[in-house]
Amino acid sequence: MSRGKVCHVPGAAAVEAVGLTVHYQGSVALENVHLRLEPGDHLAVLGPNGAGKSTFLKAVAGVVSPAAGELRVYGHRPRGHICIAYLPQRNAVDWSFPVTVREVVAMGRVGRLLPWQRLRPADLTRVDKALAQVGLAPLAGRQIGELSGGEQQRMFIARALVQEAELILLDEPLAGLDATTQDEILRLAGELAEATVLVSMHELGIARDRFPQVLLLNRRVVALGPPEKVFTAAHLREAYGGALQLVRTVDGAFVVGDSCPREEPKS
Amino acid sequence: MIEYLVEPFAFPFMIRALVAAVLAAAVCPVVGTYVVLRGMAFLGDALAHSILPGVAVGYLVGRGDRSTVLWWALGTAAGAALVMGAVARRARLKEDTAIGIVLAAMFALGIALISSVRGYAVDLTHFLFGNVLAVRAQELWLIGGLAGGVLLTVALFHRELVVASFDPVLAVNLRLPVRALHNLLLLLVAATVVLSLQVVGVALTLALLVTPPATGYLLARRLRHMMGVGVAAGVLSAVSGIYLSYYTGIATGPSIVLVATGIFVLTLFLSPRRRAFLYR
Repeated sequence: MSRGKVCHVPGAAAVEAVGLTVHYQGSVALENVHLRLEPGDHLAVLGPNGAGKSTFLKAVAGVVSPAAGELRVYGHRPRGHICIAYLPQRNAVDWSFPVTVREVVAMGRVGRLLPWQRLRPADLTRVDKALAQVGLAPLAGRQIGELSGGEQQRMFIARALVQEAELILLDEPLAGLDATTQDEILRLAGELAEATVLVSMHELGIARDRFPQVLLLNRRVVALGPPEKVFTAAHLREAYGGALQLVRTVDGAFVVGDSCPREEPKS
Repeated sequence: MIEYLVEPFAFPFMIRALVAAVLAAAVCPVVGTYVVLRGMAFLGDALAHSILPGVAVGYLVGRGDRSTVLWWALGTAAGAALVMGAVARRARLKEDTAIGIVLAAMFALGIALISSVRGYAVDLTHFLFGNVLAVRAQELWLIGGLAGGVLLTVALFHRELVVASFDPVLAVNLRLPVRALHNLLLLLVAATVVLSLQVVGVALTLALLVTPPATGYLLARRLRHMMGVGVAAGVLSAVSGIYLSYYTGIATGPSIVLVATGIFVLTLFLSPRRRAFLYR
């Protein structure tokens, strides 16, 4: 099972993209992306629908391959790292799949065992600890479809903990959750202090308040840095184009977003 | 009452039929559980139909010897499984279109080969719909060996297969050999198709592969329970189907499949939890 195993290069960036171009379903989803993230960075990934947020996370996870350019995770190509955890969008998961919460969380250990090996006591302890940490211990025996939206996200966070992931990618974890639940998910994500965490989302305000770093994407990198430097009228206009309008009122500036997806760009 | 239950098995060929049917009906739902959960039913059906040319060649080469037929069938099924995987990956077609093309071509080739033999109609029927009453002792050993091999493989790789089925991205990140696991599953399906060739035939194998696990899906919340219920439903269908066939004179393969369908429909309406309403 050591096939394709890689070790981290000391001092390497957690994520480094050089001229990264990725195609998705026949069109260009990301074009010539350059960026560098250090280990321990917590980053919100923002941009309009079709900006390539999800594609970017999947490229970092190693499940979609670059058409051009390079992507390195801790100094190596993404495939082969056992320390990357990609938390899927909730609508991409088959919630009627007959597994329990505990079984899903335990899946995080599978890559460390040979096929016929049973979970060791240490693995089980780790699973229980992670379940307790995200507050799901009482629901561990439930079938996953019985969980609420927030609990489903917490289950995947527990799985990332069990996986001992160092690079955690959350794909729109806040979508469809109420404010309290969003807050709870962000608090748990914030507790992953040692890990590098990338969160794709639509909520500009939350990103500004809760993340030290934000990335504004629209197929290319529009801006990357602390929110106060990234969220300028010029950047937002560049990222959202006609889909976003800035309105100045007596109370300050208002951003009026258009939630309808734009036409997919043709390549 | 007892007489009615015992009477059919006064004939040795009925006992062999029962053993073959129970083996096939017990193993198919185990592999079928993955097929149902991954939405691979069409691929499974295509695989079943694609072994026909292998069956035909085995039939011609072995001059009617059934063991030769099974070996050729196994080889063709394994080959077809891997070809379909490759075609689906490489052709810039939707996967089901690619599968459909391979299915139809292989099926036609099989019928063409069989039709080159005089008096082919009877034999063709047996391959298409099974002929479990004609199973010989020697074939039982082969079927039993295949069944054991399939169950052992599933026992070894169950956890990996579940992860690859539930969350393919996680499987990649955990460094599981995703493509090899997919091919392994295709080979397992191929083996079960050959297992059930004599029992329900090429055209109805899908029923053993999909219907009992679907019954399990309605009743269970955990994967191993789904498998267990599937196996129970399969075995019950096999045994009842053989009785039904004996006392009504209908062909055994279709009889087993109809019982399996009946169990599924009953479950659908009587399932206490009405899963379909619980989890939309």
